[in-house]
Amino acid sequence: MKPVVTGFSPSRRALLAVAAGVIGELAVGFRLSGDTAVAQTAGAPTFQPNGVVRIDRGGVVTLISPYAEMGQGALMSVAMLVAEELEIEPSDVRIEHAIGDNARYVSPLLGEQITGGSLSLRGAWKPMRQAGAAARVMLVEAAAHTWSVPAAACHAEAGHVLHPASGRRVAYGALVEVASTLEVPQDPPLKTGTLRVVGKALARIDSPSKVDGSAIFGIDVRLPGLRYASVMACPVFGGSLRRVDHAPALAVRGVRQVVELPNAIAVVADHTGAARKGLAALKPEWSDGANASLDTAALVSTCDTALETQGLIAETKGEPARAMGGAKATYEAVFRLPMLAHAALEPLSCTAHVRPGSCEIWAGSQAPGRARNEVALALGLSAEAVRVNNLLIGGGFGRRLQSEWITQAALIARQVDGPVKVTWSREEDMRQSSYRFHNHSRVKVGLDDRGMPASWDHRIVGPAVMAWFLPGYFRNGIDLDVTGGAYGPYVLPSLSVDFVRNDPPSGLLVGNWRGVGDTRNGFIVESVIDELAHRAGRDPVDYRRALLEPGSRILAVLDRAAMEGGWGNALPRNSGRGVAILSAFGSHIALVSQVDMDEQGRIRVPRMTCVVDCGRAVNPSIVRQQIEGGIIFGLSAALFGKITVRDGQVEQSNFHDYPVVRMNESPAIEVIIMDSVEEPGGVGEPGTAVVAPAVLNAIRSITGKRLLSLPLDPTMVQPA
Amino acid sequence: MLIQVNGTKREADVDPDTPLLWVLRDVFGLTGTKFGCGIAMCGACTVHVGGQPRRACVTPVGDIGEQPIVTIEALSGSATGQALQKAWLSTDVVQCGYCQSGQLMQAAALLDAKPAPDDADIDAAMSGNICRCGTYGRIRAAIKQAAVDLPPSAKAP
Repeated sequence: MKPVVTGFSPSRRALLAVAAGVIGELAVGFRLSGDTAVAQTAGAPTFQPNGVVRIDRGGVVTLISPYAEMGQGALMSVAMLVAEELEIEPSDVRIEHAIGDNARYVSPLLGEQITGGSLSLRGAWKPMRQAGAAARVMLVEAAAHTWSVPAAACHAEAGHVLHPASGRRVAYGALVEVASTLEVPQDPPLKTGTLRVVGKALARIDSPSKVDGSAIFGIDVRLPGLRYASVMACPVFGGSLRRVDHAPALAVRGVRQVVELPNAIAVVADHTGAARKGLAALKPEWSDGANASLDTAALVSTCDTALETQGLIAETKGEPARAMGGAKATYEAVFRLPMLAHAALEPLSCTAHVRPGSCEIWAGSQAPGRARNEVALALGLSAEAVRVNNLLIGGGFGRRLQSEWITQAALIARQVDGPVKVTWSREEDMRQSSYRFHNHSRVKVGLDDRGMPASWDHRIVGPAVMAWFLPGYFRNGIDLDVTGGAYGPYVLPSLSVDFVRNDPPSGLLVGNWRGVGDTRNGFIVESVIDELAHRAGRDPVDYRRALLEPGSRILAVLDRAAMEGGWGNALPRNSGRGVAILSAFGSHIALVSQVDMDEQGRIRVPRMTCVVDCGRAVNPSIVRQQIEGGIIFGLSAALFGKITVRDGQVEQSNFHDYPVVRMNESPAIEVIIMDSVEEPGGVGEPGTAVVAPAVLNAIRSITGKRLLSLPLDPTMVQPA
Repeated sequence: MLIQVNGTKREADVDPDTPLLWVLRDVFGLTGTKFGCGIAMCGACTVHVGGQPRRACVTPVGDIGEQPIVTIEALSGSATGQALQKAWLSTDVVQCGYCQSGQLMQAAALLDAKPAPDDADIDAAMSGNICRCGTYGRIRAAIKQAAVDLPPSAKAP
């Protein structure tokens, strides 16, 4: 089977490129912290065989998660993998976030301490079990040593080591000192056969604190002497602060200080309410700079112009030009995708305390190691002088892969005596995001006499985010995220994919957005294939089947979704079904969506059926959550998502003009997980990528009209 | 300014137009109530004021007067709150969890007013609360579960 290239969700090819270029040795997996690789000296209060597991004399097991928790269940997944091998229950562990440290906590698939790309569990699968297994092996050895029996005669069970022959039993806590003197095994054996924890739909360990208000997110940090700040950057991208009269803010009760940065202004107060009031009272004068007249029409026009340029060839197969020349017919379409913001519910917030020669940060970051380095650079400190404490994240979606907001807080804190918490307003969060940028595509398909693709030509105009974000995914001028998945999972006789780089104007930050490349190419490919099916007079599921490799996982997923989703069953007039499939992030997914249309041509989405083959589902409940959530996230974007620019500023500001799906617009979603013992695949993002094409394909089935742009025209969506 | 929060009278030295949200979070340290939008568009800051669900981000603290305030930290003080928290856990509602304080407070007000809500009641009561993780289906199921679990004696007349 051909490799599925999906950009940020790495193909083997991309992974090898990253391994060779960035981290050297992929085989070592998660690099367990070097300074504790040999256990501590005897008498140590804790046993810490690696960077993940720590056991104290009381038997309390603490796990240190290198992965950030932003709702995707990373903490629970890490707990389950370690607990499986350490022979304890996930509910028995304490778990904390690792501090930002790229040397200690390297994601094996990304080369840095990064949580993203639906890669956490895929990266954690072996190394986290190894971390637990190493601890278990050492505890068993420690007990055997104590009892002067062979280690092979002992085993671990429920937080104890047992010697069945003598009936002796000792708790882990009592073995801490002896275990700490032992050498850490380099390649501890992992359990085989039936697993005790993995595969169970266990309740998440982070949930109880999230239903009683006690969970501490980045925005919730409290410190002695803490001040609170509200901040506003120049609303025009890339602009700077010219001058501001501080007096109106200082006149507000509770305001302590006004801080100026080159491109922003912050008001520091005793509480955020006063800081916000003080900020609102200011009348800053800005220098708008080069983007003063930038607007969306110009950004779109630039993309359209770029679409007429030959790009760099990302991938070819067969003889595409010859096949196109010999085609019986052609189909050609141009797709235009808008800018999008993440609009996570927790606005960006970072607490910083700058002292002479050091800085401490508290924030929820998807890349805390990188944040540490960037803060160090901004403050002129060494990385060792910067500590980044990572906290729970109230929705990441790619926004918190960037660290410029953390650096901003550090620069504000440098001018403040004591710690300061900088909390962005919703408006600031919306207008200063790291947007998903405009993407345009032209797909031209040469068809044979049966209406099947003989040649596939896909030109993509998009930004090269990976060129600076993860250079391992940028090769020979091509962004592997943007170009990944450009022909879906289909077996095509010949094809050509080319990439025209179109970066945003300087000052406009763009980045990664949930679903990354596949939210763009998945929509485009599944729209084209669906249209070709209709034009060939064939059923869209049957047409897809004919283009998928027999026996493949994606084909099985499609068949199951058609069955479970009632494909082909009668529907009322003005209702239709659409299907979309995707192989990405190591998973395979198919979505069948029903769409109902009223007499005015306005739609609602009553139900969706999703089938996913994500390999082994480590926690099926979390898999379902992620697929359901990914679908709702994708539906918000398909129905409403659009960031526009006028006079160099983002026009949207809050949830009234950047709406998202609410309870009354939320479809009933059924998720079916295929049984599998394959390696776990990612599940955070595939759901998002298949929504727009499934919905628009359903609209096509009702109206006969192919929509080529997102989001839907507002007049097409039934009012809430 | 003196206000009653979770059964305790507390003093806040702030302007009366200060939104209740920041008094709860920054002055009293009750950070379970979340900031999401600042304009009553997302429901993350929902608390009970005088028994009614209110958006703390647009409620001036000076308007509270004698009305008692209940936040997520004290939700378990009522049978409705306990039933909802239990249902939230058994239904695996929570993902990032950031919106869930507001969702729970809104749901508690719903159940206090309508002990057996149907889908339309749930839509009407809950559509002001945004969840970007997309937990709506599970919230709906959990509210129905809590309604079933709630002892009849605890239900409002």
